[in-house]
Amino acid sequence: MLIKRRTFLKTSALAAASVWVPRFLHAFARPGALPPRGKILIVLQLSGGNDGLNTVIPVRNDIYYRERPGIAIRPNKALPLTEEAALHPALEALRRLYESGELAVLNGVGYPNPDRSHFRSMDIWHSASPAHEYWHTGWLGRYLDAQCQQSSHSAPAVEVGDAVGLALKGQHQKGIALRHPADLHAAARSDYFAEYIAVAPESEPAAYLYKTMVQAIASAEHIFEKSQVKPSTYSYPDTPLGRQFRTVASLILGDADTVVYYLSLGSFDTHINQPMRHQRLLSDLDAALGAFAADLKAQGRWQDVLVMTFSEFGRRVAQNAGGGTDHGTANQMFFLGGALQRPGLLNALPDLTDLDEGDLKFTVDFRQVYATVLARWLHADPVPILTQPFPLFDFI
Amino acid sequence: MSDFRSQQRLKHLLWRAGFGPASAEWSHWHRLPQQEWWPTLRRLSQKEPGELFVTADVVKGLFRGIDEFARVEELSPEERRRSRAQNRDLLQSLNLMWLEEMVYTAAQLREKVALFWHGHFASRNLNVVFQQDLLHVIRTHALGHFGDLLRAVSKSAAMLAFLNNQQNRKGKPNENFAREVMELFTLGRGHYTEQDVKEAARAFTGWGFNLKGQFVFREQQHDKGTKTILGYTGHFTGDDVLDILLEQRQTAYLIAQKMYRFFVHDEKVPEERVRWLGDRFYDGGYDIGRLLDDIFTSEWFYEAENIGTQIKSPVLFWVGMRRALPVTIDDPEAQLLLQRALGQVLFHPPNVAGWPGGRAWIDATTLMLRLRLPHILAANEALDLGLADDDDVVMGEGRVTRLRRRLSARLHWEPLVEVFASAPTEDLLPALAQWLWQMPVSPERLAVVRRYINSASRDALLRTAVLQLMATPEYQLC
Repeated sequence: MLIKRRTFLKTSALAAASVWVPRFLHAFARPGALPPRGKILIVLQLSGGNDGLNTVIPVRNDIYYRERPGIAIRPNKALPLTEEAALHPALEALRRLYESGELAVLNGVGYPNPDRSHFRSMDIWHSASPAHEYWHTGWLGRYLDAQCQQSSHSAPAVEVGDAVGLALKGQHQKGIALRHPADLHAAARSDYFAEYIAVAPESEPAAYLYKTMVQAIASAEHIFEKSQVKPSTYSYPDTPLGRQFRTVASLILGDADTVVYYLSLGSFDTHINQPMRHQRLLSDLDAALGAFAADLKAQGRWQDVLVMTFSEFGRRVAQNAGGGTDHGTANQMFFLGGALQRPGLLNALPDLTDLDEGDLKFTVDFRQVYATVLARWLHADPVPILTQPFPLFDFI
Repeated sequence: MSDFRSQQRLKHLLWRAGFGPASAEWSHWHRLPQQEWWPTLRRLSQKEPGELFVTADVVKGLFRGIDEFARVEELSPEERRRSRAQNRDLLQSLNLMWLEEMVYTAAQLREKVALFWHGHFASRNLNVVFQQDLLHVIRTHALGHFGDLLRAVSKSAAMLAFLNNQQNRKGKPNENFAREVMELFTLGRGHYTEQDVKEAARAFTGWGFNLKGQFVFREQQHDKGTKTILGYTGHFTGDDVLDILLEQRQTAYLIAQKMYRFFVHDEKVPEERVRWLGDRFYDGGYDIGRLLDDIFTSEWFYEAENIGTQIKSPVLFWVGMRRALPVTIDDPEAQLLLQRALGQVLFHPPNVAGWPGGRAWIDATTLMLRLRLPHILAANEALDLGLADDDDVVMGEGRVTRLRRRLSARLHWEPLVEVFASAPTEDLLPALAQWLWQMPVSPERLAVVRRYINSASRDALLRTAVLQLMATPEYQLC
């Protein structure tokens, strides 16, 4: 009998695993501690520091128009949400989702003693550390550590890209990066590797390397297989982000066991000539999110999904001399999905009369948001993951 | 001692105190008796290093570069963009220049220790002249006195700028610099109070640098008042604070512990050993060379649990591979992409605490790339990666571009062929495995490798065996 190559590889990789890593595999047999089929978190990182004030626009605020004579969005151009707030004109799909109760906006999210360096502030958002501490693991990585010891998931966390960022790196468990399921599969499928992992060392750290290799091969196999089950046929924008979301949709529709997807868009670092560039970025964002929401809704999976956006910081209230904005502090986060408990504007717009040397003061600690997502969406205990308790929101 | 045991010990030393054995130099090392190994490594690193210098061909730009950068607000957006692009390009050249030094220098020990300090005194800075100066400080003092190194680093423009001490003024203190000097460079968390940080920050007020990147003490910005730091009270300056920190035995323990993790074992760190090393380091006046003597001439350095149990950093992995199997790379800049994809870019530590190391280097994605790399090299395959440009560097000018670089390389097999010239063909595979791997070689594993090599000729066997042996988890360890 001919055994198909793919089947053989899969069988041998898993058979190998069953022989040699009892700790690992016995754990596989137990019921998963990750949410079974269902809750999926998608984190969308807006890299470079998105200008929150030109994303959700305070259309009744004189200070906003006074400080940004060249780049403010006029009320008649913006897409109204409430009396006071409106969306950037590029965000038409988001406005529709707002109206249908599938979008929530949380304003003024940040952290104490904000850092204005991209990489440092991103590091803080990824690790969820206090601003003066340096942690080597990410918040979602620690979630994987806490949950996956007893789980049967082949690919619990996927970063769509070429490298795994800090957010998905735990002490023991880490996400896997991929651009296209087929590329990943091609890179990992090798008879040599498949045979090689059959004999595993007992000692550390060699055993850790083997375990990672087995997981990589198993994840690649799982992801590729699931991506073929029910590839999305919806029409996505032909942009990098559109393609990323199409990949994610295909995996969700194919019932991949991934719980966390991580995507990024950028660069939002609009120091000069902001309007054109911001318009283009937000259009990409809007088109991709709009298509994704419509696709999943049509397939009946939108209620299983929570999309969350963030940026490492917002930008200063006043525009600069180059028709752009410089690094600021607090910013809004968007939440999209079919199961929001409380959609709409969740809190007040930033107070432009109460600034800290020209920067917004944060009113919500981002770790409160993480705690909420962990507890109410992923059903995990946020305290060990974030190392301290935070009050939870009720919108999820 | 059997030849195999002795060979494994020699390679252990060369991997840990350098960047692994170079096939071209192997016969020389192999002939030395064991008692000569360490003195030879030391001797080869004795000479003061020449500065790695990338700004030579822009002599005018040397000062203009700093000038432009220091007064970045006064520049037009176009000038600012040009200045950043120039700094970025030169910093990439510096990166590659240092990488070449690691591959080819006989002063392996110095560059390896400099890489340790590069992580210990982690700094990110867009100004290439500042980075170049700091690298020179670190390489010059790598094996010297820790006190000199600490003072020189603390007065470098790169560190003062990175830790915001230009903004640390009398009456308006910025504590960042003082905090990191205590937490990361000397004492470590838990050995000082918040009050100590506040007081030390006052002592560092006025420390800054001029447009040429030279240290300046701005007396009018200095807080001359009394400070109490770690129990000492006086009208302290920044220099006094560094002296007080060096007076603490804890500083010696911290350095000894970090060095033990870096050079010996990153997880199993016996406390009494670190105390022994730290006490001798302290009592000997912080002589880094002597601390390294203590580590590398100890019996425990060669204990089985310390051999083949370190996960190579991306830089060590790549440089070590190039030393074992020399390559000519047609497009050296492809190595920058490789550093990013593998998770360690020189001059771009993840934060001020440096690279965490150990298991943090390995995830499914980086491991699969490491495993594929030997064959990518051999086949001149494209390294097709899309990594976003660094926003701190490009100020939003970057795109997430497909960075597609052919890792076009010519492999030079001759030195390796030479090393194994006397091995009978039937013993070639185990001999190569014992040379390339630091873990004990198991027969089962070799049996798998044997099925995937081409034994049509001795030449083909050697080549395919080397590539397959490198494409393994074992090769990630040293």
